[in-house]
Amino acid sequence: MAFVAFADRDHEQEHHDPQTFLTKYVWSQDHKVIAIQYGGIAILVGLIALGLSILMRLQLGFPNSFAVINPESYYQFVTMHGMIMVVYLLTALFLGGFGNYLIPLMCGSRDMVFPFLNMLSVWFYFLSVIILLASFFVPGGTTGAGWTLYPPQSISAGTPGAGMGIILMLVSLAVFIVAATMGGLNYVTTVLQARCKGMTLMRMPLSIWGIFMATVLALLAFPALLVSAIMMILDTTIKTSFFMPAMISAGEQLSYNDGSPILFQHLFWFFGHPEVYIVALPAFGLVSDVLATHARKNIFGYRMMVWAILAIGGLSFIVWAHHMYVSGMNPYFGFFFATTTLIIAVPTALKVYNWVLTLWQGNIHLRVPMLFAIAFIFTFIHGGLTGIFLGNVVIDLPLSDTYFVVAHFHMVMGVSPVLVVFASLYHWFPLMSGKMYNETLGKWHFWLTFLGAYSVYLPMHYLGFQGVPRRYFSMGNTDFLPESAQMLNASITVSAIILAAAQSLFFINIFMSLWKGKKAEKNCWGATSLEWLTPDQPPKHGNWGHDLPVVHRWAYDYSVPGQEQDYTPQTVPASEVPVGREHGVSTGFSFETDQEK
Amino acid sequence: MSDAPMTEAVEAGDTFAGAVVDYSADKQAFHVPWGKAMMWIFLLSDTFIFSTFLIGYMTVRMSVQDPWPLTSEVFALSMGGEPIPLLLIAIMTFILITSSGTMAMAVNMGYRKEKEKTFWLMVATAVLGASFVGMQMFEWTKLIVDEGVRPWYNPMGAAQFGSAFFMITGFHGLHVTGGVIYLLVVAFRVKNGFYERRGNNYEIVEIAGLYWHFVDLVWVFIFAFFYLW
Repeated sequence: MAFVAFADRDHEQEHHDPQTFLTKYVWSQDHKVIAIQYGGIAILVGLIALGLSILMRLQLGFPNSFAVINPESYYQFVTMHGMIMVVYLLTALFLGGFGNYLIPLMCGSRDMVFPFLNMLSVWFYFLSVIILLASFFVPGGTTGAGWTLYPPQSISAGTPGAGMGIILMLVSLAVFIVAATMGGLNYVTTVLQARCKGMTLMRMPLSIWGIFMATVLALLAFPALLVSAIMMILDTTIKTSFFMPAMISAGEQLSYNDGSPILFQHLFWFFGHPEVYIVALPAFGLVSDVLATHARKNIFGYRMMVWAILAIGGLSFIVWAHHMYVSGMNPYFGFFFATTTLIIAVPTALKVYNWVLTLWQGNIHLRVPMLFAIAFIFTFIHGGLTGIFLGNVVIDLPLSDTYFVVAHFHMVMGVSPVLVVFASLYHWFPLMSGKMYNETLGKWHFWLTFLGAYSVYLPMHYLGFQGVPRRYFSMGNTDFLPESAQMLNASITVSAIILAAAQSLFFINIFMSLWKGKKAEKNCWGATSLEWLTPDQPPKHGNWGHDLPVVHRWAYDYSVPGQEQDYTPQTVPASEVPVGREHGVSTGFSFETDQEK
Repeated sequence: MSDAPMTEAVEAGDTFAGAVVDYSADKQAFHVPWGKAMMWIFLLSDTFIFSTFLIGYMTVRMSVQDPWPLTSEVFALSMGGEPIPLLLIAIMTFILITSSGTMAMAVNMGYRKEKEKTFWLMVATAVLGASFVGMQMFEWTKLIVDEGVRPWYNPMGAAQFGSAFFMITGFHGLHVTGGVIYLLVVAFRVKNGFYERRGNNYEIVEIAGLYWHFVDLVWVFIFAFFYLW
């Protein structure tokens, strides 16, 4: 049956411009407004998590000096900091924020395929954040079980928030998953089915590939979290025993019997490990585009970059139990999961080499986005290398639950993605707002953030080697810890406070630039990809004016030999400027459309 | 106009290259409406939800110490004084599979633009689905009132029998109920000409059908893993 593609039916469809203030800015179905709503909520809730981390650091650096921080509230800070940062900030910002903004623009479509569902997605996300924040105000406060929420401890008396706190946490996660699914269906379907003429899969910018694969992971990994949340809600409220073994609490035999706590760990990490890549893959994609644009050079090994993203995505589903080496599972599993974990290093290292080779002999412009992007390469190599240590069972066992682990995952999935968030926000700010940010302020923000992050997380590796355990409220009289460990902790806390305070520079920069920044030129970075080629900047509802763009080349034709201009936008036909990729870069199959033959 | 660019590799008869070029062509990866692609992707995600439920159930079933009740005895109905194992479940399964048949016919009629027949076949599907949910309610009532099974307690052995049963069949029952509502909405829109005004296009019937067949298929797995094991 002949079927007409979405892009070819563009003129048959009616495009209603939103009329009222409410439909334009509040209940908007425009992907750009939804993206900013997603991003705004995520950054606000992320600031709360940043505040919680400072409270934790105050206790660790200067034990028992602050009356508001007691053991219970400390555990609540740890838990909420972790959960908010991983799920409510990074996942929402990369997929809901950047995914929503960039997918239709970079693929050359007018909007997501199902805008109403997209709008529902952001409002469900908002609801999940409200439920999450409500748990701060219920009796007993938020849950203090650690972000992994392991039962039986998370729902047993004695753990902070074991009553209402944990229930609200689980309900909030379930609502978040519904939101992420509604958004995710849109992102995946739009990338697959609604690209413009000439936009083949192998011409898509790597940002889209990264966000696309991360969304696929989200759609397949979140179900495990949803099911374990449902089971734990049942265990908490109506006393089923899915995860709860027979227990004696406060001298009384509880009604639980024969549940399997390790089942929760498997389900949680079946979600939890792909979750790492849900955060990392969009970062990989976005940073590739920022690096290529500001180095004025095509991304090195585009095809391999795409395959690496797909390989990492696939492998991420068969490594989850490397989080469980000390859980008491069968040791033979450890062998399998250590092997698969180390295999992931291959495509990941390939991506790092390609980023470095993209910079090699490039015409590098050290603007703020580029500084953040290069810093990402540093922190990611750093966090990646410690991952090789922790992926090996025998090295992991002594390092498990020490600050080495804290340093590792903050470096690899905390600092690195956040640096990419900043790189991308600065890079696309002129497009999103039409204004230019302040370069000097941005550079101050960068150096304070980059050096601050290193002075926080580098010393933690040494603390870990000394055996300082993570998640401890205070160390007590521990013989094996030298006094210098405490001094190091105090120094980390001071750095963390400076680092957190430095983030205000970012907000000052954004708001001042919105208020009276100078107008950004069109396509101010000289980028090739479609989002910079809209008739208006920032793009209006419907993105493209009367006709959809037509794409003739990949997104990385920078500095094509023999051309005066050092970039060739994707819409320039091959008859005017030769496609740079076909000279120099090996591509295997050639993916030209029939118009260009 | 062809969507798939022809390259030398394809012309040389390399079928793998042909497939790669097809799927990575411009505009779209699959030659289907976006709604259908989206439903398939959703169903893939939903498959992971039900798989996780079933794997969780099998894991606790292995971890329990108390005996697991014999499903053929628990789910038996007495007919003429003789207990017949799984009688109700057999009828429920038969009804649900029949509803898949009427749904397939509705899809066919939709593509033939026979509005009236499409409407009535979809209503028949919804009625069969609703009767499935009704029988499920009967089964739950029998288990709760007569046998005294609770999600947290089971007089016949392992408490997890009740927990898993109510959770999994409950979640599936919600899917069926949602499906019945979805089918009725689409059916009435078919009847009142909603899709006629939108290019006389009835692909939504097939999309609803995909969901309905999926819910049936999930039931077959629940039937196999919970009732027959």
